[in-house]
Amino acid sequence: MSKILVVAEVSAGKLKKTTHSAISFARMAGMPFDVLVVGHGVGAAVEELRAFGAGAVKVADDARFAHYVGEVFAPTVSAAASGYAVVAVTASSFGKDLAPRVAARLGAGFASDIAGVDASGGALSYKRPMYAGNAVASMQVTTSTQVVSARQSEFAAAAPSGGASPVEAVAAVDAPLAGRVEFVSFDEVKSARPELAEAKVVVSGGRSLKSAEGFKTVLEPLVDVMGAAMGASRAAVDAGYVPNDLQVGQTGKVVAPKLYIAVGISGAIQHIAGMKNSKVIVAINKDPEAPIFQLADYGLVADLYKAVPELTEAVKKIRAEG
Amino acid sequence: MKILVPLKRTADPDNANKIKIGAGGAKIETTGLEPKANPFDEYAVEASLRLLENGPTKARIAGDKLTIVSFGPKEAATNIRQALAMGGDDGLLFHADDESLDGDLVARALAKVVEQQKPDLVVLGKQAVDGDSNQVGQVLAELLQWPSATFAMSIELSADKKTVVVGREVDGGVIKLKLTLPAVITVDLRIVSSKSVVNHVTPATFAYPEGARFTPLPMIIKAKTKPIVEAPIASLGVDLALKSKYVSFALPPARKGGVKVKDVAELVQKLRTEAKVL
Repeated sequence: MSKILVVAEVSAGKLKKTTHSAISFARMAGMPFDVLVVGHGVGAAVEELRAFGAGAVKVADDARFAHYVGEVFAPTVSAAASGYAVVAVTASSFGKDLAPRVAARLGAGFASDIAGVDASGGALSYKRPMYAGNAVASMQVTTSTQVVSARQSEFAAAAPSGGASPVEAVAAVDAPLAGRVEFVSFDEVKSARPELAEAKVVVSGGRSLKSAEGFKTVLEPLVDVMGAAMGASRAAVDAGYVPNDLQVGQTGKVVAPKLYIAVGISGAIQHIAGMKNSKVIVAINKDPEAPIFQLADYGLVADLYKAVPELTEAVKKIRAEG
Repeated sequence: MKILVPLKRTADPDNANKIKIGAGGAKIETTGLEPKANPFDEYAVEASLRLLENGPTKARIAGDKLTIVSFGPKEAATNIRQALAMGGDDGLLFHADDESLDGDLVARALAKVVEQQKPDLVVLGKQAVDGDSNQVGQVLAELLQWPSATFAMSIELSADKKTVVVGREVDGGVIKLKLTLPAVITVDLRIVSSKSVVNHVTPATFAYPEGARFTPLPMIIKAKTKPIVEAPIASLGVDLALKSKYVSFALPPARKGGVKVKDVAELVQKLRTEAKVL
């Protein structure tokens, strides 16, 4: 029977939550699945993954996989994919880099950053947002093996289903390109805040915050009192106020939290693409004509320098009252 | 050093909400939207020029060359011409209908172009803003068996021009990879920051203006005489069969706007009692 191979994402041996979305995809596709873990010192990640109902958890544990390098991972993932109908990964920066490489090696068609899967028609049909989410395509892959990357915000994290999948070792495959790509460093931005793609509340700032200092002094107190993740518009990233991995939008992160607060963000098309599926959207902007108000559930036309500290204090008070 | 930049003609991404869906969901209509170069590809042109010139004078390093290649309708020549006005030397246009292309076919066709052109680097956008697939660079690198780095926010070319150190913007930070040329690089937004590209010819003190460069009139005029070679995509001898099919298209469900609140107090009250998210 045709099966799915879910490729897990690990970092420094630890399982990343992104993996749960790819598992969720596999469950929705309605086919049995195995999970593949490629990394180094991944024992704990493997144990964690045994509880999700996979037929097997396959493991390639090798020092050469200590850091993710596409050229080094792709040959092992592709070899392990032999015999599977679908190779699935979450469309994080890891999945976006890896999936097309695996597709190329397998000669497989690739459905990128999908937002839905329909298994009812015999063949799998995928829902793919295009044009910054302004069109949704229904597409199918016509090769015998398919590669899929699943959008994290559209596939809710799978919960463990119990049981203990058997563990199988998979051989690490030599990468001919290994000698021409060298991992130099990973500058990790440590943050106590939740990850953008996983947060229940996201507070994002735009160019109206005017500087990195503006993000720090005006926005961050609200972010922290809300227990939120911080996001930003592309304009704020372009201006250098915050790093690019905080960017919410078509070419940044796509998020769908319970509450999204857009501060000083006008609502360019490419930003809306990244947050329009949030459950409740709040917009604070001094321009009453800003396009963001067309999709905000609650719009406040106000000077953010006044409104945001006020909102921060109000939330602080509510939290204090418990 | 020789750099090849693939560039895609796309419908104006700033007006992507004006696209329409053709009868029966058969296709996406972009009529009325101004065709523009994919912004990330334009950034690839800018980054490549910074690798090939002395920043303060914009003088090209002797022997270096920048070629622009596109796959698309005949009209895409206009977009190639714009990249030549930025400083590209020549262009290649392989005619194809947009509907007959996908990322996989473009990557396979590009591999053929690379075999002919023999560049030291292929620099391209991390994704096109119409299809949003984010795959051409990765697939191309695998087909060529060249090292590659996606989502580049910095590129440092070694003085001997044999390697590049690329900073990749990934979830949670920046990964640096050292690639031995020839190689493929896909670029992200920050690649056009003022000091994101280092070539050891431009002085370290020199800061570029942010973004892709402005093209002055003399450059636009000069670009009119630069060669663009056109041919059908079939001339590359690549299998034109696609590995996926688009069955139908639809507009996304519209989100209704809500209410305006008069002040923070009302906002807080609504969030607590109505939306129940506070």
